[in-house]
Amino acid sequence: MDEIIKEKIKSIEFRLMSPKMIQKMGVVKITTPELYDIDSYPVDGGLMDLRMGVVDPGLRCRTCGSKVKECLGHFGVIELARPVIHIKYVDWINNFLSGTCRKCGRILLSDEVLRKYDEKIRNISEQKGDMDKWIFIKEIIKKAKNAKKCPHCGEEQLKIKLEKPYTFTEEGIKLTPIDIRERLERIPDNDLEYLGLNPEAGRPEWMVLTLLPVPPVTARPSITLETGAKSEDDLTHKLGDIVRTNQRLFENLNAGAPEIIVEDLWGLLQYHVTTFFTNNVSQIPPARHRSGRPLKTLEERIKSKEGRFRKNLAGKRVDFSARTVISPDPRIKINEVGIPLPIAMDLTFPETVTEWNIDWLRKFVENGPDKYPGANYIITKDGKRKRITSETKEVILEELSPGYVVERHLINGDWAVFNRQPSLHKMSMMGHRIKVLPYKTFRLNLCVTKPYNADFDGDEMNLHVPQNDEARSEADILMNVINNMITPRYGLPIIGAIQDQITGNYLLTKGDVYLNKKQVVNLVSSLSGFGVDSLPTPKKKTKDGEFWTGKQVFSMLLPKDLSVEMINKADEKVVIKNGELIEGTIDAKIIGAGKGVLLQEFYEKYGSEKTSQFLQAISLLGINYLAQRGFSVYISDTDLSKELLTKIKQRLEQAENEAYEIIAKYKNNDMEAYPGRTLRETLEVKIMDILNRARNEISSIVEKNLKESPTIIMAESGARGSALNLALIAATVGQQALRGTRINKGYKKRPLPHFERDDLGPTARGFVKHSYKGGLNAIEFFFHAMAGRDSMMDTGMRTPKSGYLQRRLVNAMLDLKVWDDNSVRNASGQIIQFKYGDDCVDVTKSKGGKIYTGGKK
Amino acid sequence: MNAECGVPQIIINEINKKYSGAKAKKVLEEINKKYEKAKITPGEAIGVVAAQSLGEPGTQMTLNTKHFAGVAEMGVTLGLPRLIEIFDAKREPSTPTMTIYLKDKYKDDEDAVKKIAAKILEIKFEDIMENITVNLLDFRLEAQVSLESLENYALTLDDVEKALKNVFDEEDVKVYKKGLIKLSPKKEIDVADLYKLKARLKEVHIRGIKGITHVLPIKKQHGWIIQTAGTNLKKVLLMEDVDATRTRCNNIFEIASVLGIEAARNAIIREIILTLKDQGLNVNLRHIMLIADTMTIEGVVKGVTRYGISKKQESVLARASFEVPLKHLFNAATKKEKDNLKGVIENIMINQTIPIGTGIVKLVVDDAKRTKKKGE
Repeated sequence: MDEIIKEKIKSIEFRLMSPKMIQKMGVVKITTPELYDIDSYPVDGGLMDLRMGVVDPGLRCRTCGSKVKECLGHFGVIELARPVIHIKYVDWINNFLSGTCRKCGRILLSDEVLRKYDEKIRNISEQKGDMDKWIFIKEIIKKAKNAKKCPHCGEEQLKIKLEKPYTFTEEGIKLTPIDIRERLERIPDNDLEYLGLNPEAGRPEWMVLTLLPVPPVTARPSITLETGAKSEDDLTHKLGDIVRTNQRLFENLNAGAPEIIVEDLWGLLQYHVTTFFTNNVSQIPPARHRSGRPLKTLEERIKSKEGRFRKNLAGKRVDFSARTVISPDPRIKINEVGIPLPIAMDLTFPETVTEWNIDWLRKFVENGPDKYPGANYIITKDGKRKRITSETKEVILEELSPGYVVERHLINGDWAVFNRQPSLHKMSMMGHRIKVLPYKTFRLNLCVTKPYNADFDGDEMNLHVPQNDEARSEADILMNVINNMITPRYGLPIIGAIQDQITGNYLLTKGDVYLNKKQVVNLVSSLSGFGVDSLPTPKKKTKDGEFWTGKQVFSMLLPKDLSVEMINKADEKVVIKNGELIEGTIDAKIIGAGKGVLLQEFYEKYGSEKTSQFLQAISLLGINYLAQRGFSVYISDTDLSKELLTKIKQRLEQAENEAYEIIAKYKNNDMEAYPGRTLRETLEVKIMDILNRARNEISSIVEKNLKESPTIIMAESGARGSALNLALIAATVGQQALRGTRINKGYKKRPLPHFERDDLGPTARGFVKHSYKGGLNAIEFFFHAMAGRDSMMDTGMRTPKSGYLQRRLVNAMLDLKVWDDNSVRNASGQIIQFKYGDDCVDVTKSKGGKIYTGGKK
Repeated sequence: MNAECGVPQIIINEINKKYSGAKAKKVLEEINKKYEKAKITPGEAIGVVAAQSLGEPGTQMTLNTKHFAGVAEMGVTLGLPRLIEIFDAKREPSTPTMTIYLKDKYKDDEDAVKKIAAKILEIKFEDIMENITVNLLDFRLEAQVSLESLENYALTLDDVEKALKNVFDEEDVKVYKKGLIKLSPKKEIDVADLYKLKARLKEVHIRGIKGITHVLPIKKQHGWIIQTAGTNLKKVLLMEDVDATRTRCNNIFEIASVLGIEAARNAIIREIILTLKDQGLNVNLRHIMLIADTMTIEGVVKGVTRYGISKKQESVLARASFEVPLKHLFNAATKKEKDNLKGVIENIMINQTIPIGTGIVKLVVDDAKRTKKKGE
């Protein structure tokens, strides 16, 4: 493999392949459809001829003499007994045939007209580029096709018709590929451009094949089954068909067989060659395998998601990666990832031996592959890879010297790229420091679940280990979690506290929570390493001892020079002055993921490293306080008083009555339709409005009247859940919707047979009066299931749709970048924006796209 | 102060107004420092960032939403379908609508607004007729106009007659007092043509602006506006009572043809923002602007599809990797196209460094000097 020369490819040019080239490429002429002889040795001149490369280990390529994997393969060639049309060029052939004279081969436009076009073509390609030139040429082709008489020799033209897929007829008389080839040969080079072919790209007659290149064996390897039987690739099968037909055609031609037989075989050859290129041409049946499965031929290999382009070229499989289930670890750092020991011993990093690290690396080699931290391979100075085993270890240790490379196990502090699919974001792949841990899952800090959109119900994630120092430093600097805390989508921290972490800080900072020394020290001691070394002066001193407030505890994590004012979720002011939380309650809007105003301020002022430490500290503080205080939810959280329940019931009844009133009006034709709506639609809108209003009112009644409870705390702090969720549990579930309307489908004029026909009342159209806790009745339950299934459908349809939208967007925009002059240009250098976003401001470096003003003076 | 500092002149002026002398300079310096800090790094792959910033919220959007902002407003396609519609650059939105603002004097004048709205609404003959019969005996069409609806629309029979006579110059139009209309062809025609005539009669435009199928006057905080279903920007903007500066339309192609490509760009931005806002999603304006710019850079609105922007890509391989690869390859072959490998995917395909971000940085080492230094 060292023989491969590394050169930079500057450009790739596409042209037609000439028969000469095919002849030259072909190292062997394929003349027999047989593959192997009795000893299952490849037949000379067969499709598995050893001159086309090797796939069996032990054999050598007879062209270049290399072994398997070293020889990339060589093309063979089939000499076709009769020419055959290349199916993919029929459109061009059609243009050529009907655009040129049947006698003299010139284009069917006079020289004068052509001169005029010449000028136009030149203008267009100068002003707009080559692509537009070819669009214009399409018009010329159309004109040429319509000519009735050749302007050059005066010959009357006959109408040429393409009978799909590949038969050409001239006024009903079939043109054979030989005739076609003859005509194409006659077209002078100068006329080619007007007919849609760059004369430098090749000659039109090359579109009718006389020689067929045979892909090397390496491109169509055969598989040896356990039984010893060989299973050939689809391409080999197809080529076998071609060779077989071709040989028969040869024989018949030589024997002077009747025209019909030759025609038939010729047609068959055309069919086989066509399906060799593509197996899904309409009008002709796809070639099938013996089992009835359609063969996968050349086009299918290239096309679509599973094809060469998208599967192997635009996306590649990589080494040095791992995948396993993830689980949470609140005490791991935000930019760390815990990896299981077996993975750490399998993935390696190639460390070059120098004078300074040779002793250190020697220890890894001594440990070998089975003892952590060890090494699996070494690479010698001349590039040989040696596996470290107990036998080779001694020798390797002896020869180890600067310039060698040791592929050592991963150790704490190595960098890795961590990823969770679907990768919709750049934050779906971030750089983490490795921490080797016991057990078999990847461990990650809870704060990074948001950018990955991960949870721990069985999610798996991937890990990639960069293999050189450049890649490593990019993972460190560009991809590092702490440098991606601010999302470029809207410029707020996407990494922040979640769930219990928020609840904990909320409870700690709400009002005045007094904690005694033991409690405070307990909390703070878990925060060692975050710059907390002394307790502030206690807020209160009683005979029971000293007391600190929760706000004081929180303030211990704040830097002394931080002063900000923020608004929290409850619209209260949160004031931090000189590193002291003076006023206000910390909640989701202050420290939560995706919002986090405080984190944002912190990030701006102290940078990413400090912010990540701060976030880690407050998240630990939050859960530790909760652990100390105790926190749980009960079903009684959602208990409502009797009066309240009757009030809700009354409100529901009232809404129901209102609805019935309107229905009565509708039935008496006493209702006015909204403009642009039918009467029925108006009714639906009105009823929906009444019921929604009722539910919203009930929801606010519930919110106002529920006593302070853990559930309420969670909703209020923004940790999880909302007032609406509570109302669903405690009061009423409300209207179930199907496709955005009330439930109208089902039986004739009624959703379920339990109702009368044309009953438009709330209950009959999916209004759920009861609450989750109170229990739904059978009908309500059924409606609820209907709505549930509808929302499943919705997600099911949405995911592929939005995925495709994103693929299109990325494909259209991926070449755009900011140039040194701050302009945005695409790959061809076309300017999209003179100044990125009109002001060159990076969203991640700004406050939601606005420049930081530096707070209040 | 100094022009190259990058702070816009307006802000400089404002600072100069507030502070003076040394203080102003200091403030400006401070601002400049902050600005430099917030500047984008050259080489940043902002195209992909923008695409992701719009694609990712797409997964959170709802499908099948026809949204009604108020009880009595018109349903407009929103959510993911609308977003896809905008990026596809569909010629006609699925729910074309206009928001017509009127001149200030009509702000609180409900009656006037309603009158204007009625004037805008397109009325076809079929909207005012009761029935049409084909009288084969006398070989003519007989239609009965509903006098009631004429009154509703504030039309007179004369208006109808005028409109009909405008359209049918090869036929005799007779209008009778009670709303009976007789339409008899002057020339000899056959029965099939008579039926065609009937279809034409139904479609005759009587009054209003073509294409506006519904109008709805709505009271907003800042006064009365008219929302319409169906669009005809050109005609509406020409109306005397309409405030052309504020009137909006959601048909991007129509905006491009009436007001030009810059207006279309702004319309794309506005429509995307509206759709996202409705779903409660937050996307920075810069990303939306960048996409709108790429869609309109050619001078016509191009969709984010294989027929639009992606077709314009210079690289054969980039186009081939997106959709229908073979078509692009064979096309490239006959055109002797050259791929200069300047884009991202092309280089990924051939395992070379991509020309973006750290990939554009090149290190040049003068080897001769280096060895010399070592030798010293």
